[in-house]
Amino acid sequence: MGALLEVADLHASVDHHEILKGIDMRVNAGEVHSIMGPNGSGKSTLAQVLARRDAYDVTSGSVQLNGKDLLAMKPEEAAWEGLFMAFQYPVEIPGISNSYFLRTALNALRKARGLDEMTAMEFLPMFREKLSLLEMDDKLMNRSVNEGFSGGEKKRNEILQMAVLEPTLAILDETDSGLDIDALRIVAKGVNAMRSAERAMVVVTHYQRLLTYIVPDYVHVLVDGRIVRSGGPELALELEETGYGSMEAGTTAA
Amino acid sequence: MSTVPSVRNNYFQCFAEFERMAAAEAPWLRELRREAFAQFCEKGLPTTHDEDWRFTSVSAIENLAFHLMLDARVSPHQIEPWRVRGAGCQLVFLNGNFVPELSLRNKLADGIEVTGLAQQFSNGARTVQRHFGRYVDLDRDSFSALNTAFAQDGAYVHIPRGVVVEEPIYLLFVSVSDALPVMSHPRTLILADENSQATIVEEYVSLGQGTALCNAVTELVAADNAVLSHYRIEREQANTFNISTLSMHQGRSANVASHSVLLGGALVRNNVHPVLAGEGGECLINGLFLGTGRQHLDNYMLVEHASPHCSSRQFYNGILDDHAHGVFHGRIIVHKDAQKTDAKQTNRNLLISDDAQIDTKPQLEIHADDVKCTHGATIGQLDEEALFYLRSRGIGEASARSLLLRAFAGECLARMKQGPVRRHVEALVNQYVLRFAHTVQTPGAQIHLAGDLGALAS
Repeated sequence: MGALLEVADLHASVDHHEILKGIDMRVNAGEVHSIMGPNGSGKSTLAQVLARRDAYDVTSGSVQLNGKDLLAMKPEEAAWEGLFMAFQYPVEIPGISNSYFLRTALNALRKARGLDEMTAMEFLPMFREKLSLLEMDDKLMNRSVNEGFSGGEKKRNEILQMAVLEPTLAILDETDSGLDIDALRIVAKGVNAMRSAERAMVVVTHYQRLLTYIVPDYVHVLVDGRIVRSGGPELALELEETGYGSMEAGTTAA
Repeated sequence: MSTVPSVRNNYFQCFAEFERMAAAEAPWLRELRREAFAQFCEKGLPTTHDEDWRFTSVSAIENLAFHLMLDARVSPHQIEPWRVRGAGCQLVFLNGNFVPELSLRNKLADGIEVTGLAQQFSNGARTVQRHFGRYVDLDRDSFSALNTAFAQDGAYVHIPRGVVVEEPIYLLFVSVSDALPVMSHPRTLILADENSQATIVEEYVSLGQGTALCNAVTELVAADNAVLSHYRIEREQANTFNISTLSMHQGRSANVASHSVLLGGALVRNNVHPVLAGEGGECLINGLFLGTGRQHLDNYMLVEHASPHCSSRQFYNGILDDHAHGVFHGRIIVHKDAQKTDAKQTNRNLLISDDAQIDTKPQLEIHADDVKCTHGATIGQLDEEALFYLRSRGIGEASARSLLLRAFAGECLARMKQGPVRRHVEALVNQYVLRFAHTVQTPGAQIHLAGDLGALAS
């Protein structure tokens, strides 16, 4: 069976400035991968390219999602194919309520997959269950998407969306940044509840702390647009001890 | 006047005929009309040299010889598409003339008068004489002068003291055109006595293939402590000019909301002129304008604070596509004695094509020294970040665009009271948003507003 996500020699740039300089990565269903790296290493760019943001030019390489060419997909098509990205900076959208947004998104996915749209009556019980998993207040759901949410509420809202939309490949872009330890635990609980044999996750983070709650199967270290080391969860601990500096040194040596 | 001679002659001819026809009417009314016509002739139609008309040229109106068509007739089934649910009554006016046989009157409490204005003129009602023409500035405003010169029918609404009218009062104004350009001058007088409450909807639509000018004037008087909601829904067809003036006079602690929704028409001018004449008055001036094609939608606000402790809130949102041109001119005058005035003005605009244009202009004239006045305007495009966010969740691009446009329009809808009028406006806005490029119907017929209690359950 082929990999869920297969990234091969991916190069991407912004304004002719190359940020990703040849990424190779293979993610199978059921696996959790973590991508760690210092600021400016290209972690977020990788996440955004995978989510099909058009701000980046892919100059070479290929990405297959379920054996299909991800780079040919529009953002919504990637979502229909099962991809989800939790945003590092979730967007505020005044005038659209959270619950309406989520039901519209879910029904758009269902429609694209040939399923019947969910009525409000069917949606509501499932939605409430996910809300309680993330310890979120009902009241937030009648407010505009992310508007006036605290940083922690926004991040939890991302995971709530993931829980409702049930993607096969979830990319979490620095979901831990700026979270206090309580919020981090709640987010991790939400993510862990979603782990399954059919689903894969790519957790992009700067810090090791999140990985003590969401234990990955693989850790990749991204420095200056390249994956310089890959290993098991112990690699994250090693990084915590030695920092990214040694990795960069390692690159030059290699 | 500056019009070309043949067109100028045409107005003289129309007025002479009109006067002959109305020879039997009360002397005071005929006198007022003559005075108004003289003002109109002296001043002519405004030009872009006129500060109040800087962004709007009416030369298209100026070059046409309009005629009156006071005997327009249409069949009930032609009115059917504009029937509304949940109204206390729906009065229908063809070219400004009240047509009882097309009108519906359901449940209106005793004492409430909703009639044609001509009927009040012929009854010789003293109340009408006392108020009619008192709240418009014939000297400053040529279109109001023209309306007054030809004013002969329209709506008359009188809410007696202490009466609360639950169901909205709907007034449907139909511009009916034929082969020649047709002008109509609907005139409405709304009197809300002390401590009364009501909702009045004026809706402007058109029938016929020809060019039409609908030049409407409404005078609204909210006595002490009255609470009124006024809606102007303009959805004329593409070959119609609509010039509307709403002059409001507010008494002590009166609370008036003016909601304008401009959707159709070729050239539209929406004048809203509240005068906060009594202490503690409150005024909400809320508006939404959606322009496509070559539509020109001009909103001219003149908010006059004439008494202390009054507050006014102006919120106008515009969405413009293609070559549409929008104008928001928000003038606030605070008189010397109007201390503790609290006036706020916000105009937000979305331009969704490179050729769309908006002119937004605040104009504050403050003669008191203890006031709070703020204004702000924004002009922007559809938020690309928000668009990507929605799309990344699986919502197709066209749906995502209409969702964002509806949300932007929804800011104005959220200021309208929940009920049949708002539902009516929401449905119209949903329908008109689809005229914008790259949008499609998103699931759910309604606009779902944040904070809307129905949103989670619906």
